[in-house]
Amino acid sequence: MSEETALQRVKFYQTGTHTVGNRLMDEDKRSVQSSIDRSNAITSGHRACQGCGEALGARFALDAAMRSCDGNMVAVNATGCLEVFTTPYPETSWQIPWIHSLFGNAPAVATGVSAAMRRKGRAKTKVIAQGGDGGTTDIGFGCLSGMFERNDDVLYICYDNQAYMNTGVQRSSATPPTARTATTPAVGDAPGNVFGTGKNLPLIAMAHNIPYVATATVADLHDLETKVTRAMNMSGSRYIHVLVTCPLGWGSATNHTILLARLAVESGLFPLIEAENGAVVRTQKIRKKVPVEDYLKLQKRFAHLFKKDHEDVDRIAAIQRMADANIDRFNLLGERTAP
Amino acid sequence: MLKQIEGSAAVAQAVALCRPEVVCAYPITPQTHIVESVGELVKSGELKNCEYINVESEFAALSVAIGASAAGARAYTATASQGLLFMAEAVYNASGLGLPIVMTLGNRAIGAPINIWNDHTDAMSMKDAGWIQLFAETNQEAADLHIQAFRLAEELSCPVMVCMDGFILTHAYERVDIPTQKEVDAFLPPYEPVQVLDPADPYSIGAMVGPEAFTEVRYLAHRKQMQALDLIPQIGTIFKEVFGRASGGLLHSYRAEDAETIFVAMGSVNGTIKEVVDAERETGSSVGSVSICSFRPFPLEELKNALQSAKRVVVIEKSLAPGLGGVLASNVRMALREVPLPVQTVIAGLGGRAITMIGISEVLRAAESGSLPDVTFLGLEQAVIDREIARSAEMRHAGPTAEGILKAIQNRPAAERSRAS
Ligand SMILES: Cc1ncc(C[n+]2csc(CCOP(=O)(O)OP(=O)(O)O)c2C)c(N)n1
Ligand code: SF4
Ligand SMILES: [Mg+2]
Repeated sequence: MSEETALQRVKFYQTGTHTVGNRLMDEDKRSVQSSIDRSNAITSGHRACQGCGEALGARFALDAAMRSCDGNMVAVNATGCLEVFTTPYPETSWQIPWIHSLFGNAPAVATGVSAAMRRKGRAKTKVIAQGGDGGTTDIGFGCLSGMFERNDDVLYICYDNQAYMNTGVQRSSATPPTARTATTPAVGDAPGNVFGTGKNLPLIAMAHNIPYVATATVADLHDLETKVTRAMNMSGSRYIHVLVTCPLGWGSATNHTILLARLAVESGLFPLIEAENGAVVRTQKIRKKVPVEDYLKLQKRFAHLFKKDHEDVDRIAAIQRMADANIDRFNLLGERTAP
Repeated sequence: MLKQIEGSAAVAQAVALCRPEVVCAYPITPQTHIVESVGELVKSGELKNCEYINVESEFAALSVAIGASAAGARAYTATASQGLLFMAEAVYNASGLGLPIVMTLGNRAIGAPINIWNDHTDAMSMKDAGWIQLFAETNQEAADLHIQAFRLAEELSCPVMVCMDGFILTHAYERVDIPTQKEVDAFLPPYEPVQVLDPADPYSIGAMVGPEAFTEVRYLAHRKQMQALDLIPQIGTIFKEVFGRASGGLLHSYRAEDAETIFVAMGSVNGTIKEVVDAERETGSSVGSVSICSFRPFPLEELKNALQSAKRVVVIEKSLAPGLGGVLASNVRMALREVPLPVQTVIAGLGGRAITMIGISEVLRAAESGSLPDVTFLGLEQAVIDREIARSAEMRHAGPTAEGILKAIQNRPAAERSRAS
């Protein structure tokens, strides 16, 4: 039985909540949180905000990666929250070899590490590069595209919290339309971020025909682990784009981190897909479609859309159209695709 | 082995003899022939155990080298001009992380106006980036300096930039003695870093440092360069023992011991200056020269000793600090801060303008007669400047200016045209 079908066999939501998955899983498929043997890439004591989705996502992604290669790996980090909150000199949370060079060069540094490993007879050592949405979709975009095009042997993970959080929540090219950030204030006729044409990095990555592209969120950590594991067992350039809630930047309750990531998926705003060599091979169907309002309303960055006296009906509808377009494009309400 | 060879190819062969394990390439004139030649050596199998990576920008080129070096590989790249500026952030990063990367700089002007020809503005833009900067006078020295550079970089854990004049050296065919692999292996041990990215012994490299330790980190970077002041001559001595010729060092003096006027310069122009020195000595001038090989670290003490018995010092430099004058001259004045000696500077060879023996002799005449200003622009066409100033005075002028100067040159009277050509 393939891994995929094993996952599908379990109905996580059979009790009506989303929290029961682990004990319904086969032993070897469970997420282990408190075992002393659990791999631990980022140890406790780091300085992320309470409820930080990036800290959670990075830990689960890298721990899964560690398990899949017996810890024989190196991580390269772009500048950003993850880098800053894990390494306030002279402390470090990293239990794996880790290097931070610059904001926009993590893919290139990773290429260098990977080349060195081959030359040093350590080709088995896996290389992961990681950065935020700003580091990935904006300033590091050139280096990332170069890395993809050469198909360098690196897994790149983007932790997308939809803005430049480390510098105080400024707009990035991954910031959604209408969202309030420090540089897209909620003032004027069209408060918040503009409706652009979008910059869909997973699709751009796919256009490079690299071996593996996936999206994931912190709402479904098993799914994230599965995708990381899958990527770790391949070679060449691989890309995983993880939506990570940022309570500080999104203006959300710290106990809504998982909920918001799930609503992003269930509304269709953040499709979960996997692609190999440029073609989509798997998508995760939406179980119960929710209107985008359910997702937007819980976040202060969208508060101006829901003013008491006048809801911004037109722009909420426009966001709903974006979600629906995603659902159509990836057939997210249809039958599950065969593994 | 003696070869009649292009400077770029000589450097490529010298680099290959140093057994780099990762080489990153991105094209920019006049550096292209170097990385092309290294690429050929890798592809043909002559240079073994080396990854040759064609990247998408200079920023990536140096970043790949950073990753490779941090993971324990000997890493090399080359660039020039705009390329150096494009990688600027990584230049500082490489030295900050203490990575012994060696990079060739095929010195070229920086635009606008875009200009592919030689001067030293690119190197000067990174003079304080924490790299050691060595300037080659000849292609033999350029080749030799690369071999020394890897050893220096790895002994100090500090990146080294070997500067060679674009076109004048990179594209010149000269006789160069290319050493044997055995000789280079005897001189340059394999790279053994103190810290590497190793899962068996995990380090975090590149953490954030606040005010509590940053000054100390910077001080240590300065100290490294101060150590290099001792190490560069030592390595030069060992080099001479192994290869049988002197190359590199902090500076070279030429007939300067008893000279009243001493020229100071960097790079290939020293060849022309030495010819002027010889010719002028024939006719009774008391003149000599000092060629600075190590610009960073700057050999304050050695330079003072080389210059202090002169009557005047004339710097000939291929870069300009607009609003100040000469970059090299400022450093030379620093060396002479306790010696009451006039230091004048001549800005020459910008954007590839030829520096001729006649031009240098005229400078010498002016210096000897006391009429050389503090800052001179060698061969400046004053008539063109005057016309452009007059033209721009007629209107309120904000916007692109380079094209205006071209107009002033195009519109010059016939008499002036024939004089200039
Ligand atoms: C070249 C450069 N420009 C700007 C910065 C400032 N800067 C550091 S982190 C950061 C924001 C990072 O945003 P993102 O990549 O989305 O990561 P996040 O902090 O949101 O996780 C910025 C703008 C920098 N360090 N380097
Ligand atoms: S600002 Fe956001 S991404 Fe950064 S540590 Fe806080 S919650 Fe995490
Ligand atoms: Mg971000």
